[in-house]
Amino acid sequence: MATHESHKKRSGLMDWLTTVDHKKIGILYLLAGGFFFLIGGLEAVLMRIQLMEPDSKIFTGELYNQLLTMHGTTMIFLAAMPIIFGFMNAIVPLQLGARDVAFPYVNAVGFWLFFFGGVLLNLSWFLGGAPEAGWTAYAPLSTVAEDTGVDFYVLGLQIAGAGTLAGGINFLVTIINMRAPGMTFMRMPLFTWASFVTSGLILFAFPALTVGFFLLMFERVFDANFFNPDMGGNILIWEHIFWIFGHPEVYILILPAFGIISEVISTFSNKRLFGYSAMVFATVLIGFLGFMVWVHHMFTVGLGPVANSIFAVATMAIAIPTGVKIFNWIFTMWGGQIRFSTAMLFAVGFVPTFVMGGVTGVMLSVPAADYQYHDSYFVVAHFHYVIVGGLILGLFSGLYYWYPRMFNRVLNETLGKWNFWLFFIGFHLTFFPQHWLGLMGMPRRVYTYMSGQDLDGANFVSTIGAILMGAGTIVLLINIIISASSKYATTKDPWDGRTLEWAMPVPTPEYNFAQTPLVRGLDALYVEKTAGNGDMTPAEPVGEIHMPNGSILPFILSLGMFISGFGFIYSNWYVAGAGLGLVLITMFLRSIIDDHGYHIHKEEVEADIKGGRA
Amino acid sequence: MNAGERLTDANFPAHPEKATLEGKNKFLGFWLFLGGETVLFATLFGTYLGLRNMHLDGPSGAELFSLPLVFLATMLLLTSSLTSVYAVLSLKQNKVRSLQGWFLVTLLLGLGFLGLEIYEFIHYVHEGHTFTSSAFGSAFYTLVGFHGAHVLFGILWITTLLARNWNRGITLSNAPKYYLFALYWHFVDVVWVFIFTVVYLMGKVG
Repeated sequence: MATHESHKKRSGLMDWLTTVDHKKIGILYLLAGGFFFLIGGLEAVLMRIQLMEPDSKIFTGELYNQLLTMHGTTMIFLAAMPIIFGFMNAIVPLQLGARDVAFPYVNAVGFWLFFFGGVLLNLSWFLGGAPEAGWTAYAPLSTVAEDTGVDFYVLGLQIAGAGTLAGGINFLVTIINMRAPGMTFMRMPLFTWASFVTSGLILFAFPALTVGFFLLMFERVFDANFFNPDMGGNILIWEHIFWIFGHPEVYILILPAFGIISEVISTFSNKRLFGYSAMVFATVLIGFLGFMVWVHHMFTVGLGPVANSIFAVATMAIAIPTGVKIFNWIFTMWGGQIRFSTAMLFAVGFVPTFVMGGVTGVMLSVPAADYQYHDSYFVVAHFHYVIVGGLILGLFSGLYYWYPRMFNRVLNETLGKWNFWLFFIGFHLTFFPQHWLGLMGMPRRVYTYMSGQDLDGANFVSTIGAILMGAGTIVLLINIIISASSKYATTKDPWDGRTLEWAMPVPTPEYNFAQTPLVRGLDALYVEKTAGNGDMTPAEPVGEIHMPNGSILPFILSLGMFISGFGFIYSNWYVAGAGLGLVLITMFLRSIIDDHGYHIHKEEVEADIKGGRA
Repeated sequence: MNAGERLTDANFPAHPEKATLEGKNKFLGFWLFLGGETVLFATLFGTYLGLRNMHLDGPSGAELFSLPLVFLATMLLLTSSLTSVYAVLSLKQNKVRSLQGWFLVTLLLGLGFLGLEIYEFIHYVHEGHTFTSSAFGSAFYTLVGFHGAHVLFGILWITTLLARNWNRGITLSNAPKYYLFALYWHFVDVVWVFIFTVVYLMGKVG
């Protein structure tokens, strides 16, 4: 094995720029996603300040349109998705008993593409204005906009989207090929199952968006005519392509939250998940049906009663597997020894909140009724109930739950409870009144309203709620900062966990498990706690561990995409060509430089085990 | 065994492309990637089908397309798919020179196809059928051009792969790479079969 020892130890910034370790990439995703979450949240608060009083003139017209476009785009693509990928990276390989993901290098490429895409999009604020065509960028609004905002949107998201697709394939292969001995599909923790289905949705939904972005980019940069009726184009093509991606995207977002909630409720009820196989089946079914409902975003387009009815029925059908999940979470808690930690509070708060979003979803799925709700604040209330009340509560829950595993610290529980109650009350205060606003006829995406239409009170309350949500998030930031003190150092299994990620010491060794564990049942660690000696039984003797080398190439490749993005935005073909050239050179270097990784010697692993580090 | 070591007939595994975990991962990951590519081309086909009659004052597909030329291009690409099968058969028999020969033929046929496509595009532009002349033009060049770009990428890929491994025989590290290229090339070929049918045949008669 002498030829394999080309390992360079890097430290500090270079370590983070070159890392291919799934645990570090998970932290990078979480930090970058968290940063964009704060930006998107700030944009939301600014919009709510504008809407606090009638006839307000703080952020009007174009600036308001930019805020609403960037809020939606940032939250979906640059905050929610990366935070999900952060948890998937940090936790899925551990839950599987794997050493890393299937393609560590591609994993790094995925992160850096997302990062540079997000930075590119947000630079638009300083370079001639952000996009203002809404996060859906409907043509012709997006094709006729004269400034460069939409160009930043289309290129930034194209680059970030490529990274997401790479990540999706990576997790599919990891979960299919790299499960530890005994880890059958029907023993996988629900979060891993949800990550699996979500990755499948990414694989089949994102390429449609890729094409949509190419068409929009060609339309704007190269004067193509896909969406220009004067030249034979058809604006509906964009809407179809966008929602063929866009509806699966909703389930890409929510399924991992379902997974987190399943883990947390089971752990903090001290019970195995009620109806595990039904939960798995429901997850897969939701993923499957998610591809057949996109037209419910387009009921008012006028595709006719037959199309509308079919898509309405398919949409209503999704309520069934979702209902199965809701009942299973309740039955898991039923008779359990519930511990109300912060993670559990978020999970318990999630259940009724998500049900409310689901109920308005079924209301919206009725085409005749949708003609009334369409483009009103009722829709805004609905999707914030499912995305914030569903996904974001799930992500907060996951953060408090897995923070010890990711950062070797526990978060303060008192501050955590402040975080929960401020955010939870603020959330309902913000979005519950928006149902009424919508039913009373307030249209979405409009920057003001007149007094005397009974819209003042609810808007005022909504803004107060948004400020409370902001306060809750600030408490979280304070909590994260004070957790850095050594007082909050964690033990390896702070929650009496049931799954494999709690079976190794803190900090997690870079090779995860010194010896691949043998999985003997669902809730693998819990099985060992009740029917074994509390530790995982190894499935292999101590031996050399093969590790991948870090590389700066993913960073450079993504930088090349970033540079070419600028070239296309400003129609400077030299810059665009130089950027793409850099991408090709990086790919070329990757393929001609042999890199078989390196080995950690048996003696080092044995020393780690003896010292309690593995 | 070292993954970079030249395999001999004695230690040659039945499936060298899947003999290591890395190979297995690449094999599965690439199949999944092709699944994503299928959605990508399906979206492009859908767009083309929606816009194929929107040629405005410019020439229509029926007026433009010359089936003999396209037939020749189709034959080149189909044959190149066959030669890549022969290359993979050589791979499984540890015959590296034969593998290189067949992939070189594949490469030349791919170049021939690309040449014909470039000639075809130049011809159409002279006929007044351009990327910006109508929605039909945009959709046609985007769909067929995406396929052409895939052919070009494949040519760069196999060139690099052959050059890098010219004197290294077949190893556990490069066997999956050869195999994956062949998979990719078949996929590009299948897409072309659909383009030939949907764009050219339906354009002529539909």
